[in-house]
Amino acid sequence: MEQVGQRKIDGLWLTVVGIAVLFFLILPTLIVIPMSFSGASFLEFPPTSFSFRWYTAYLTSPEWMSATRTSLIAAILTTLIATPLGSLCAYGLHCSAPRIRNAAQILVIMPIVVPVILIAVGVFSLYAKLGLNYTLAGVVIAHTALALPFVIVTVMSGLQNYDFDQELAARSLGASRAYALWTVTVPQVKFSIQTGAFLAFITSLDEVVISMLVSGGDNATITRRMFNSLRDQLDPTIAAISTCLIVVSVVALVGVQLIGRSKNVDK
Amino acid sequence: MSSATQSLPIEISSLCKAYGSVKALDDVSLNIAAGEFLTLLGPSGSGKTTLLMALAGFSRPDSGSIRFGDQEVIATPPHKRGLGMVFQSYALFPFMTVAENVAYPLKIRGVSKSDQKTHAERALDTVQLGGYGDRRITQLSGGQRQRVALARAMVFEPQIILMDEPLSALDKQLREHMQIELKALHQKLDATVVYVTHDQREALTMSDRIAVVNHGRIEQVETPERLYRQPSSFFVADFVGESVSLPVKVANDTAQLGERALKSDSPIAQGSGGHRLVIRPELLEVTSGAVPETANDLSGHVHDIIYQGDSVLVIVQHDSAGQINVRVPANRAGQTGLPSKGERIGLALHPEDTIIVPEHAS
Amino acid sequence: MSAVEGYESAEALQNVSTLKSENHRERRTFLGLSMPAVLVVLVVVFLPVLWLSSLSFFNAAGELSSENYARIFKSELYLRTFVVTFQISVAVTVICVLVGYPLCYWLARMSDRNAAILMVFVLVPFWTSVLVRTYAWLVLLQRNGIINESMISMGIIDEPLQLAHNLTGSIIGMVHIMLPFLVLPLYATMRSVDTDLVRAAVGLGSSPRGAFWRVFFPMSLPGLFAGIVLVFILSLGFFVTPALLGGGRVQMLAQRIESTITIYSNWGAASALGVVLLLMALLMIWLMNRVFGLDKLFMR
Repeated sequence: MEQVGQRKIDGLWLTVVGIAVLFFLILPTLIVIPMSFSGASFLEFPPTSFSFRWYTAYLTSPEWMSATRTSLIAAILTTLIATPLGSLCAYGLHCSAPRIRNAAQILVIMPIVVPVILIAVGVFSLYAKLGLNYTLAGVVIAHTALALPFVIVTVMSGLQNYDFDQELAARSLGASRAYALWTVTVPQVKFSIQTGAFLAFITSLDEVVISMLVSGGDNATITRRMFNSLRDQLDPTIAAISTCLIVVSVVALVGVQLIGRSKNVDK
Repeated sequence: MSSATQSLPIEISSLCKAYGSVKALDDVSLNIAAGEFLTLLGPSGSGKTTLLMALAGFSRPDSGSIRFGDQEVIATPPHKRGLGMVFQSYALFPFMTVAENVAYPLKIRGVSKSDQKTHAERALDTVQLGGYGDRRITQLSGGQRQRVALARAMVFEPQIILMDEPLSALDKQLREHMQIELKALHQKLDATVVYVTHDQREALTMSDRIAVVNHGRIEQVETPERLYRQPSSFFVADFVGESVSLPVKVANDTAQLGERALKSDSPIAQGSGGHRLVIRPELLEVTSGAVPETANDLSGHVHDIIYQGDSVLVIVQHDSAGQINVRVPANRAGQTGLPSKGERIGLALHPEDTIIVPEHAS
Repeated sequence: MSAVEGYESAEALQNVSTLKSENHRERRTFLGLSMPAVLVVLVVVFLPVLWLSSLSFFNAAGELSSENYARIFKSELYLRTFVVTFQISVAVTVICVLVGYPLCYWLARMSDRNAAILMVFVLVPFWTSVLVRTYAWLVLLQRNGIINESMISMGIIDEPLQLAHNLTGSIIGMVHIMLPFLVLPLYATMRSVDTDLVRAAVGLGSSPRGAFWRVFFPMSLPGLFAGIVLVFILSLGFFVTPALLGGGRVQMLAQRIESTITIYSNWGAASALGVVLLLMALLMIWLMNRVFGLDKLFMR
């Protein structure tokens, strides 16, 4: 009897803590979105009036628009480069001897482990020699290096869960390795590749520290502009931009989940 | 299917492969006749799968030669070897329909869409899955998936078909049914089949010949009956079929069990590590009176009687050499009336059933 | 390949060299597939960081010396940066564990469906830009922000508290950013714990609490440790949130490195700081690898 009572108290306590922590996690998102529709010229919560003035401010500002364009192009290019490179690398490592695989894995994981400020400073001085600072190419190359580990890790785990006999079967039935890879293996690790692509896109879009040093001028990313703006004052325009960024992340996340769901249903 | 193609013989010679200090294939040579059903039988880790994978081209040996017909294929990539292969996991493509799976090798070979369809349908008919073409793989049972894998491996009329434990994932009843079916299918197809299994009964049921593999070497290659009756080593005798063995002394080409010389029709195989008498429980004859002079006398006292449905297993304590098992059909056992526990039982082992093997083959 | 097909030679019995060259060719193919990605990481991350690190071993005159290290370990300013960085990282990690463990345990005991729905609350912030979240906390925590206003209106406090632009703000913001990094590996590990084991322990006479500590908790340790390592490493080198929420009063290592270069152009000192930071991070990774294996780090 005593134990059952104890258990109930434990359960209640857990529920309270759990809900509180989830609230803490979601709170910033809950705040930013309504604030972006505020009609006041300063930050207030809850907003007393409704307007699109901060979205208008964002969409009509040439600086913000140019930064948005840079960020989106950089993110798309990063995704387009990192996804095939990372997927091929994952496949190559998957088929390699364990010794080579482990060594390469450690190298490829580096960008996640090394503090990003060091990468940023290192890349900044490398680019200074190559004349790549303040260029779109510079941003894309650096972001590709940051995004690759995510693609490689997700695709490799996808390959581990895949019955590799299928590729062997295809090859025994007359398919060259490349044809078997393309017609049999890729369709089945497609979800991992898509997840990797999503991670690459978000990694690039949200990256701050490298962009802060390496991007600039006409090729400043949106994160660089936001960071600099936040250092000075709390511009409500940022609420509007933040809401847009949240929407992009959530849409991408939901998209990947939906694709994954439809695949799982098939199973 | 039609015999437009001629099955090919396989000639394996001096195949070696080492993983570090472990020899997965230790100088393996084996000739497989055209159209033969040959089984590679051995415990797990014996090298049988490595050998099959070397035939398929997925495992590259360190040295040796493999010929399909008169063509050297040792360095030929898998997709140019023209084999059909059936995997233990079936390895069907889950995102394709049954028909698409079966047509896959035809599509690669540039067969026209309509021919793909007719060939795939015919192959599915052959494995008794006619009309299943539009199903998804996930809608099939294990046995049906196995048949699709078979259809896919033979639809392009390969001259050689490799099978890697294709029935091991099925339950016992279905497995036994499929064994018979596979054997019948082999007779219809004009293809050389190399089949890998660790199940000796499966090997005995299906094969023209069986190659017993152990520690990366081929211990013996024989027809099922001769393999069973004349094993060349204790490993083969022990691995194939049920048996009890007793140590014997061999001198001047005669084996002695205790003080008594054993009569045997077949010559005693040479080898190392001493010899053993291998006794198959069903080959012993229970005699009502004295054991005839022409047979070896293995009489003793009944230690235990175990009823097993189709037969009765009698465990006999031999006078000097230890325990022997005797299998007696359940029906006759009822009629003759077996001696009960502790009573003496006469056991005759005829010279043609007397198997004496060396511990290790030479 | 085609040369091999028509292979007809006296040495056919052996084929040793053919097989060897085929093996090499295959290995080269796999390496070739991996190379582009490896090269990008090598050139963009590995070499620059290595080069940056090497700067720390030279003084202003370009001679090999330990001057930079001597300076950062003697300077009050740099030493304080180390201490502050370490304190904040430990605080953030401890808070994340205290808040994250009950959350994961709560989620892990739910049905798959309910847990998946609630995980959205973890995943949405996880995939939201760090800048956006930091901005939101700036708004929430400022002097006339929502938290101060609501606490005043509830009568908890009379004067607004200083929450942003200081250590408190930095820690709150960092905990928010880091928490998903602890929750994701920990939750995945807890989900894979066999609940039958815990039930068996209770069945064998253990109290539910005893079963938790003796059976469940030890089995969740690999995930917990992976989360701790991730949070701690990321905190050590964290830049954005302390830079914005610290309001210049909190200087962590990453900011010190940035200002040492962009303001003072002292590459030697910045590099020495970087090397120390890198060593601390690698030490944690090495420890993780020794105890549980690296795989757990990437369980998503």
